[in-house]
Amino acid sequence: MASSTSFRVLPGFGLSLGYTLGYLSLIVLIPLAAVFFKAGSLGFDHFWDAATSPRVLASYRLSFGASLIAAGINAVFGLMLAWVLVRYSFPGKRLVDAQVDLPFALPTAVAGIALTALYAKNGWIGSLLEPLGIKVAFTPLGVLVALVFIGLPFVVRTVQPILEDLDTEYEEAAVSLGANRWQAFRHVVFPTLFPALLTGFALAFARAVGEYGSVIFIAGNIPMVSEITPLMIITRLEQYDYAGATAVAVVMLIFSFLLLLIINGLQAWTAKRTGRAR
Amino acid sequence: MAGAAAVLHGTADHAARFESKAATREPGLVKWGLIALALSFFAFFLLLPLIAVFVEAFRKGWETYFNALVDPDAVSAIKLTLLAAAISVPLNLVFGVAAAWSITKFDFRGKHFLITLIDLPFSVSPVVSGLIYVLVFGAQGWFGPWLSDNDVKVIFAVPGIVLATVFVTFPFVARELIPLMEAQGKEEEEAAVVLGARGWQVFWHVTLPNVKWGLMYGVILCNARAMGEFGAVSVVSGHIRGYTNTMPLHVEILYNEYQFAAAFAVASVLALLAIVTLVIKVWVERQAGKAATVSEDE
Repeated sequence: MASSTSFRVLPGFGLSLGYTLGYLSLIVLIPLAAVFFKAGSLGFDHFWDAATSPRVLASYRLSFGASLIAAGINAVFGLMLAWVLVRYSFPGKRLVDAQVDLPFALPTAVAGIALTALYAKNGWIGSLLEPLGIKVAFTPLGVLVALVFIGLPFVVRTVQPILEDLDTEYEEAAVSLGANRWQAFRHVVFPTLFPALLTGFALAFARAVGEYGSVIFIAGNIPMVSEITPLMIITRLEQYDYAGATAVAVVMLIFSFLLLLIINGLQAWTAKRTGRAR
Repeated sequence: MAGAAAVLHGTADHAARFESKAATREPGLVKWGLIALALSFFAFFLLLPLIAVFVEAFRKGWETYFNALVDPDAVSAIKLTLLAAAISVPLNLVFGVAAAWSITKFDFRGKHFLITLIDLPFSVSPVVSGLIYVLVFGAQGWFGPWLSDNDVKVIFAVPGIVLATVFVTFPFVARELIPLMEAQGKEEEEAAVVLGARGWQVFWHVTLPNVKWGLMYGVILCNARAMGEFGAVSVVSGHIRGYTNTMPLHVEILYNEYQFAAAFAVASVLALLAIVTLVIKVWVERQAGKAATVSEDE
């Protein structure tokens, strides 16, 4: 790059970087540090007890388990949706494409009550499942449904651009070498998509673990059964147990930071594999 | 962009390219089977919830719907939501521009680390985002005693709601602008400076026209999140009716009081906002696509 010299033509470096760092510190870094300071003041035993009480452990199992399954469902159907949107033309396609972003735009509380209305036992979908003995609303299954809803666009929107950029010639070469359509997908297209698909999966998973608004209405929030981890923080705050809330928050934050590192790595891998800029 | 919403990209239709060649085309049965499966999933998870909001909102008729919206508590919730967005969006817009300018126009150490830090609010659970402000400004927090001595309320008051909203919408504009301004390079700006333009002139006449669509895209996503945020705001609000309730919190209260029609009526206004956001988003993508085609032709 020609810009590696120390001479700067453009103005405003000190001002813009100073403002960026100041604002970042005030809004994000200092308040986040408060959580770790608070946790540090608890002492290890107190922290450990608060972070691993039976009810909290049950919430980890539900939050992480349901988030993993939801991200898996999203990886399958998100890939399918992205494929259909890129490769085929069908009526209403533009509308479908635009509406994939609905979970980004729709307030989570609205999504939460709408999903509850649909999956409650007198709801449009719930009433169909009721005779089959399947209860969704107010069970862990309801948590899963909400997490699938909010995670879907992450997979579609990470896979879609890679699919669009794919040249037809690789598949043509595969076919000319005798591969059938499935083999061409399995051995030519899928390996190219895989880093992006994994990134989408990780993004959906990360979002699902921290999600609150869309889940609490449909979950029923039964202790030890359908309480998610963010709800444990709220519950403890309502009891003025700031130490207990902080302990759970620290566990969630450490997990988020680890996932953020993994996602950054995955995105670098995607960029390398497909030659796309990050 | 961990946890971020989609980055602006063009809207070209690629289907024709793939469907015109035998090697990249599936048999009709496979194609329509996949479309049917993908669209059913879409209908169950994305279409039906949106329809349900409006059906439930009008279940008890227009009058109930209308009354739910002109109720004084609803009106004050709408005002507070607009206020929170009116403060947080401009703040994060200015930050986004400053961050993108420093990161994309200059070289310095730790740039990638800085980008990761800007991303942080996207990977933090909304509930934790609220909690951190309780720990700083709450009664037992760092500034709690000082604030109560000076009779300033942040938590369970409007400033806390604004702060939490600023936090959760923090990265939106920066995240749209950084990749865009990175791709544009800095030759045009450097040429303007050499020709005698001053700092702000460079920005207004050279940089801004190049990134205006991305900027707008970031702003509408930021605004949608600011108006719709629930978890973070819920922690700092204290749910005081007519005072610290935003629209999403008002929806929750009505719903928990079994006033379902009223809850969905307020929710339908938020759903309408989401639909408007998606429409503007598609429009911006189309404009950006056109701008890109024009500059390629030149």
